[in-house]
Amino acid sequence: MKILITPHMDRCIGCHSCSLACARLVHGLISWQHAGIRIQSSGGLSSGFIAQHCLACVDPACASVCPSGALTPRNGGGILFRQDRCLRCGDCLEACPVGAIVQDREGHVFVCIHCGQCVSFCPHGCLELRESAEAAREERP
Amino acid sequence: MNPTLFRVLVVDLATGRARAEKLEGRSRAVGGSGLAALLFERFGHPDRPWHDPDQPFILAIGPLTGLFPLMSKTVSAYVSPYHGQYTESHAGGRSALALRFAGYDALVLTGRAPALSCVVVSERKIRVRPVPFMAGMDVLACGKLMRRMLPAGSGHRSILRIGPAGENGSAMACVNVDTYRHFGRLGGGAVLGRKNVKGIVITGEEPGQVAVTREYRKLFSHVYNLVTGTDMLRKYHNLGTPANLEHLNDLAALPWQNLQKTSDARISGVTGTCFADQTLLRNGACSGCPVGCIHIGFIRERFEEEHNRYLYHQVAYDYEPIFAAGTMLGLDNAFDVLRVLDAMERQGLDAMSAGVALAWATEAADRGLISDRETVIPLVFGDADGYVRAASLLGGAANDFYRLLGQGTLACAREYGGEEFACVLGQEMAGYATGEVFFAAQALGFRHSHLDTGAYSYDQKHDRRDLDDALLFLLKDEPGRCLLTSMVSCLFARSVYTPDLLGQCLSVTGFGEIADHLDSLGEAIRRHRWQLRFATGFRPEDIVLPKRFYRVSNWKGPVDADFLDRLKTEYGRRLTALVQADPEHFAENSHE
Repeated sequence: MKILITPHMDRCIGCHSCSLACARLVHGLISWQHAGIRIQSSGGLSSGFIAQHCLACVDPACASVCPSGALTPRNGGGILFRQDRCLRCGDCLEACPVGAIVQDREGHVFVCIHCGQCVSFCPHGCLELRESAEAAREERP
Repeated sequence: MNPTLFRVLVVDLATGRARAEKLEGRSRAVGGSGLAALLFERFGHPDRPWHDPDQPFILAIGPLTGLFPLMSKTVSAYVSPYHGQYTESHAGGRSALALRFAGYDALVLTGRAPALSCVVVSERKIRVRPVPFMAGMDVLACGKLMRRMLPAGSGHRSILRIGPAGENGSAMACVNVDTYRHFGRLGGGAVLGRKNVKGIVITGEEPGQVAVTREYRKLFSHVYNLVTGTDMLRKYHNLGTPANLEHLNDLAALPWQNLQKTSDARISGVTGTCFADQTLLRNGACSGCPVGCIHIGFIRERFEEEHNRYLYHQVAYDYEPIFAAGTMLGLDNAFDVLRVLDAMERQGLDAMSAGVALAWATEAADRGLISDRETVIPLVFGDADGYVRAASLLGGAANDFYRLLGQGTLACAREYGGEEFACVLGQEMAGYATGEVFFAAQALGFRHSHLDTGAYSYDQKHDRRDLDDALLFLLKDEPGRCLLTSMVSCLFARSVYTPDLLGQCLSVTGFGEIADHLDSLGEAIRRHRWQLRFATGFRPEDIVLPKRFYRVSNWKGPVDADFLDRLKTEYGRRLTALVQADPEHFAENSHE
């Protein structure tokens, strides 16, 4: 299984094209927030950028606390998300140690599903979709 | 987004109260420039001065903001302290997408806050927070403090702020946007300063209200490929606008030392390649733009010689600031130029205006019209240390001379002499000594900007001096740009967003009615803007071209004075006729 990694965030220019692509192509939205990957400046634009996204835990805490089976572990890391089972309780947000999951005002959950559709919209090659075993050997932020 | 209504947040600074209004007129005002004009018509007072508390400060975005690449700019509009007339200034950064995802097409500030304040806007909140402790604070310190005070929304938050220049009422005060972009020209910073607004923080995290269809996704990918996968925007992605420095110097069209000359062998120290090779730290982008044309250089300064202690700053650079704070001041070292720009940035000064003003002051001092009594420190072409200190004196309005210089180079020259060598074309010149068409175009341009029309490009493509052809070009080029600044597109994308492509973008996102009338809308918005400008006092015949422009010589030879005068006079007549073509509308807004 492949997972999304962000090995070159030091090249990021903060254009948000990845977030906008995820919202547009995966969630059918125009948004830089309601997406599986979101870009933050790390202390103002002078300090560069960080990507908030699922780091593909092999034993994900979010899935462990999910009471309805909406989030389940995925082979190779990360989770499978079944929206029809989601109760919008928000427990997964609290469980995720890196703040990778967000909810909208109605409680809908947005989390990276490692589909890689954002990758081709990054103009500086900050993002990659790699086989999880191979990605494990990479330095990851 | 509603295809027919605008959603506008109107904030009364005096009371701290706000209301979200739904406003009709999308099909004729579109957004951006057109929306700003519509809002000025509603909230502005053509017969009152710029500093009247009731005058509005307007930020407006467009129907395509955040929906397509490079639809990433915000239009600000206000009565300018520089000339007392209606104007616009445009900026990139994050403000456009932040406003979009906060759910507003525009933000209007009216009134005056009782104390120095910061306006905080998000999709569900509005606050006018007193920040008296920020009085006199420089732009960069102010940004750091605002981030600390308002930590929510990092990455999806835009921070606009002014420096000492804005608080001091300088007509050259800019509004800094997200550290590296600016509402630069014609004194927007002073408008906020007079309103007691030190900063505006906009956070937006709600989705845009547009249906994401298959056709939209397909068209987005097409546009994305055009801007990243072709050479159309290569120059902005590569060296950026500073690539023009060497080119214009080769043409003998690059102003040096207050336009005393137009070419200099010292260009080798300040070319675009030079900046990239020596000073470029990294690139940045406006939100929603994958081109990443923001070039950020660095300066390093040893502040303790004996212990080898250094500090460093990051400084954005572009062609225009390098011309104004570089060649115009006789600087031939890239790091020196960045040091001067850094000093101007901290004061919240528009670098183009401040650089050209200090160039005039240097020549005035050289000619003995002013002395150290006025300038406090010696101003000498090529002396970067002097200009670093002068930037602080100018932004800080340190004495009567610098306070008056901050009101405009010509205003100062009228007091001290030297009007003939003040490089002012409606406002301090942009960096193009390309010839008569550009000089007339900037002098009479709506924003007095090199981007009002492509005149500097026309000069480079036409050797023949043909009055009718030049006029036709100037008059035909403007409406298309008005359309783009109503969407609101970055004008770097003007070759990408042809009328046909713009129409497609509007149609697939639900703005078919606008798409069907693009030609007439561009013309109508152009006219509306000019009507407001005339209503606030603009008269083409009042614009004077200083003699320095008639003495310019470039690759085409000396400027043709007769052609320049005829072009300026006739262009002014055509603009006047343009406004009078719709007298009923004009009468509603005129104080005459």
